Amino acid sequence: MLWPIDLIVLTFVIFCAIAAITVRDLLGTAILFSAYSFLMCLLWAVMGAVDVAFTEASVGAGVSTVFLVAAVFRTSRRTKD
Amino acid sequence: MKFFGFVIVCLTGGLLLYGTMDLPDWGDPGSPASTHLSDYYIEHIVEETQVPNLVTAVLADYRGYDTMFETAVVFCAGLACFLLLRDFRPKKDRYFRHVPTGVMLHFKNPQTRLIAGNEFEHMDKDWVPSDMIIKTVCRILIPFIQIYALYVVAHGDFSPGGGFQGGVIFGSSLILMAISYNLKTLVKRVTEKFLSVFAALGVLIYVGLGVAAMLMGGHFLDYGMLAPLLPSDPGHIRALGMLGVEIGVGIAVMAVMVIIYINIVSEGRHDEGL
Repeated sequence: MLWPIDLIVLTFVIFCAIAAITVRDLLGTAILFSAYSFLMCLLWAVMGAVDVAFTEASVGAGVSTVFLVAAVFRTSRRTKD
Repeated sequence: MKFFGFVIVCLTGGLLLYGTMDLPDWGDPGSPASTHLSDYYIEHIVEETQVPNLVTAVLADYRGYDTMFETAVVFCAGLACFLLLRDFRPKKDRYFRHVPTGVMLHFKNPQTRLIAGNEFEHMDKDWVPSDMIIKTVCRILIPFIQIYALYVVAHGDFSPGGGFQGGVIFGSSLILMAISYNLKTLVKRVTEKFLSVFAALGVLIYVGLGVAAMLMGGHFLDYGMLAPLLPSDPGHIRALGMLGVEIGVGIAVMAVMVIIYINIVSEGRHDEGL
């Protein structure tokens, strides 16, 4: 019964990944990347790797998003290409 | 050029997908990873180390050498951020705000001094008044986040978590303080010297425990040899050694996360930022 949840979350992960590299607003990219990390955390939790899920939630969805937002704050919000 | 890159990305992705077909299925009991080593871990970890969480036992004890260098890598990341971004030159433009009236003063000459005392406060260039709701909520929330981080570090033997996650959560609580108030509030309370000492201290605790085990006559990071040093029964000595190592990792990671954040957000000046 677990595999439909797995597939739904995986679809969202792929959507987030594609959106994160196509969106031109870098702040939006940072938030999309955070969403990607959080969905990956859900996937790890579904697979039973709770420690990895914990690390993904705290590092991927938490601190790295803050670092990206800080970098956007100090550089520019628009991509060149 | 863009098309060329797209083709290369698609080819690499296709090759990687093709490569995954040779990987064993998820949870396959006959896969090489779960035939030899996993059985040993599952059968022996609890009686050898008294740690119920197998992941922590493998990371901090059986593979303690790897985790030590992971901590060193995190420390090096903080060091590189400091060396690349830190800027000690004083800033030319300074802004002051008259507190009772809200008038902003802009000083272009760095030599100018303000004679008035406490009525003026140093301001950021792109200063926005901080919202009362955000400030209050964060002030109430931060102590709970920190207690939770300490719980994650201390309870890493029994439940998911450990030094790395706990350190990251503690560091992000400090970063939340910088975001909800301003960067000066954080830098005043958590000074740069404090952070640098703590980043090095975490690695030192880890390596020191390993060297202490060597001095007691065992191998490097052989916590079982620490039994005369620590007040515990010999059965739990490995769990206690792992706890010490996790505390070291947590301290180092906490300090490094805050160092990286401060250096990025203030362009290395540690004065104003997000």
